[in-house]
Amino acid sequence: MTRNLIVIGAGMASGRVLEHLFETQPGAWNVTLFNAEPRGNYNRLMLSPVLSGDKTYAEIVTHDAAWYEERGVTCRFGEKVARIDRGAKIVVAPDGTELPYDKVVIATGSNPFMIPLPGHDLDGVIPYRDLEDTERMMGLGSAPGARAVVIGGGLLGLEAAAGMAARGIDVTVVHIMGHLMERQLDEAAGYLLKKALEDKGITVLTGTNSKQILGEGGKVRALELDDGTELPCDLLCMAVGIRPNVALAKDAGLAVAKGIHVDDQMLTSDADILALGECVEHQGAIFGLVAPLYDQAKVAAETLGGTQAAFVPKEVATKLKVTGCDLFSAGDFAEGDGRDDIVFRDPSRGIYKRLVLEGERLIGAVMYGDTGDGAWFHGLIKDRTDVTEMRDTLIFGPAFQGGAQSDPLAAVAALPADAEICGCNGICKSAIQTAIKGGAATLSDVRAQTKASASCGTCTGLVEQVMALTLGDGFEVQTVKPMCPCTPLTHMDVRRLIKAKALKSMAAVMQECGWTTLCGCASCRPALNYYLLCDWPGEYQDDDQSRFVNERMHSNIQKDGTYSVVPRMWGGITTADELRAIADAADKYKVQTVKVTGGQRIDLLGVKKQDLPDIWADLNAAGMVSGQAYAKGLRTVKTCVGTDHCRFGTQDSTGLGIRMEKALWGSWTPAKVKMAVSGCPRNCAESTCKDVGVICVDSGYILHIGGAAGLHIKGTEVMCTVKTEDEVLEYTAAVVQLYREEAAYLERMYKWMDNVGLDHIIERVVTDADSRKALADRFYYAQRFMQQDPWAERTKPEYRELYAPLADLTLEAAE
Amino acid sequence: MSDWTDIGALSAIPERGARLVKTAMGCVAVFRTVDDEIFAIDDACPHKGGPLSEGIVHGRSVTCPLHNMVLRLDTGLAQGADEGSVATYPVRVEAGRILLDTERLRRGRVA
Repeated sequence: MTRNLIVIGAGMASGRVLEHLFETQPGAWNVTLFNAEPRGNYNRLMLSPVLSGDKTYAEIVTHDAAWYEERGVTCRFGEKVARIDRGAKIVVAPDGTELPYDKVVIATGSNPFMIPLPGHDLDGVIPYRDLEDTERMMGLGSAPGARAVVIGGGLLGLEAAAGMAARGIDVTVVHIMGHLMERQLDEAAGYLLKKALEDKGITVLTGTNSKQILGEGGKVRALELDDGTELPCDLLCMAVGIRPNVALAKDAGLAVAKGIHVDDQMLTSDADILALGECVEHQGAIFGLVAPLYDQAKVAAETLGGTQAAFVPKEVATKLKVTGCDLFSAGDFAEGDGRDDIVFRDPSRGIYKRLVLEGERLIGAVMYGDTGDGAWFHGLIKDRTDVTEMRDTLIFGPAFQGGAQSDPLAAVAALPADAEICGCNGICKSAIQTAIKGGAATLSDVRAQTKASASCGTCTGLVEQVMALTLGDGFEVQTVKPMCPCTPLTHMDVRRLIKAKALKSMAAVMQECGWTTLCGCASCRPALNYYLLCDWPGEYQDDDQSRFVNERMHSNIQKDGTYSVVPRMWGGITTADELRAIADAADKYKVQTVKVTGGQRIDLLGVKKQDLPDIWADLNAAGMVSGQAYAKGLRTVKTCVGTDHCRFGTQDSTGLGIRMEKALWGSWTPAKVKMAVSGCPRNCAESTCKDVGVICVDSGYILHIGGAAGLHIKGTEVMCTVKTEDEVLEYTAAVVQLYREEAAYLERMYKWMDNVGLDHIIERVVTDADSRKALADRFYYAQRFMQQDPWAERTKPEYRELYAPLADLTLEAAE
Repeated sequence: MSDWTDIGALSAIPERGARLVKTAMGCVAVFRTVDDEIFAIDDACPHKGGPLSEGIVHGRSVTCPLHNMVLRLDTGLAQGADEGSVATYPVRVEAGRILLDTERLRRGRVA
């Protein structure tokens, strides 16, 4: 006997159910197929190629009119089911007709989630879900100079962006998270993807919040961002996620949570109603990828036929191609204990691979650029294969397993003579060997003669291996000290590459320089943070989590975990009011010790972490700011009283010191910078052991640099003599900027001076006036972003909570 | 027996950062890694008691802010040439909330 089956929704899941049904139970069902869209089943996944123009709609239809007709399916397309009456066992069509059923399959899919931004209901604000949306975007391509904004940097958003860009539309992607596709990719892969999209002319804004959509005459005109920036657009596509479409099921009184609840047989809480696809929830999980949907379709068809079958969720791998960029992610690359990473990066080819291991098993993989081994890794994850034996070469894929050579020299020896060793300069193995036979005995000789490894330096190890092979025992690998164990590159290599390759984020540096770790270490992260901050002022966002505790907390940590607080005293000058405020703060916060520092200010020692924002607020209220006594930056400008009071004073040393401190405070430098201004050669402010010291004389100012009185005692060298205070400021800014740009992190000014030579500094800062001016300009440009009192910032509510414990369970215990 | 206690939102801890939980048995540092993994260990470094919650978090390790001892967040073991360890506590994330197993941390109250 033929039974009545009503299928609601003609998406990819229901199409597959129908196929199974007619194949395994021909003639058993009288099928009515409803679809809210005015068409039958098509491959929604292929909308992107339609958008980009690679395919037509006709090519992505999976079931055409003839298919339905042959199987006697009654098609009711463009009709949205009004309701299901479970008591009467009828489905009510929108025109009110009542259709009796034996079984119902709900496959209503999902609804695009629209962020309720002001203006989201304007004409021209669309999701990316169906053919209508696609056609809308395609239509925009014919208008010259058309602009579109896509909100959402997930797969769907990027496909919309790439498709529109392929049609000549000027596209900007706005993504709220720090990197693209954060659910499938980690930061490094997200960075590579962003770069590839930017190469295609798409503007990508990550970490960006939208404020409202602006319209004109009821039509979208622009997207306004949180910071007030307006992105003009003719179309705004919101692709921020989907929600299971549960309205009909909920209305029918079925069990619904996030999605329609189904059991392993795809049955809802009503045994005559099945559900599958993006609208369901199974064991707490909802579904967005096509593979599990097809599994569900098979189970649903078998359940309808009365056979026992059970849906078992499987480990799902995502292999994606976004605008020709190969991506792969599988398994779990977050959450859990005892995991290890294996990271491989090939900067010149833009490849990134990361494997996540737990014990002897591979549990996750992320790949970008070269995803050829993805299926193999996915297999290892699914089968829970023990990978202990192949762990060392695992990342190189299946081709490398079994009898692989482990001697790197043998691998280099096996390279043909025309194998390219240095990708930047196109130098092959034989060219290096020729140079060596011609007398080049050191790495720098080879670099000078062939240019191999002279650009980005990532092939240095390979060049050295060629040398070791050619020279035999006569070659000793040079010991250049790498920045840290995460990279073979030196501090100077990395600084050079940051500028040369315009690397503006930590993820960019780690990828392009081939970092071997996922997110660096406690040694390289603070250095990179400084280099990026110094080289890209106003562009790079300071990263608190890459700073040592003192700079993150804006206080010096003491051995018992308390902090010391030092307010700035410009040029060592204070007032009775300031002293009173300091005394009050010392009482109020039970400061253990009050000490006068060597830099002419007052140190409040023993402040508890949770009191820091309050004591800062109190000191701020009295007009004081952070003395930055913790910073790799300007500490103090020590002064004597000069002509104000002293009978020997030749200039206003106090006033000049204050001017210098006001100009230079807030700047970050490779290591701490201390300055002093003495009013006469008696040098009471001890200028000759400071990083920059000024000694006033009748005729002007003698500028000293490169002194220190700490771990090493170093007297200064004289840089030059100038005539006016303005010149003192310009020369000081210039020499500090040169130091900022050229020194390695944590290298004091005197060490940098030893390395580059005093002559070089004099040439750049004194002899060459244009160079000096340019350095000073760059310094003051950076200061525009740096001169903000960190205390004032951190007493704001959004920062305050970070100083308090996350939870206090002792209160509970005391009850 | 486990005693899962909600101690706050995942988003309350900065990525590659830590926050403290005060308990009757001392302070516990709860870390969030770059991959949004969560770990809980004693806040005191086995070397000289430095507050580990203030250290730089890299991979699944933290470097003590006082003298740079590196400790694994998952095992609590000191890395490299150093020896020593800190206690670790079971912790998990559910629906954006951090749950800490306080069973061992409340023992002080019962005793």
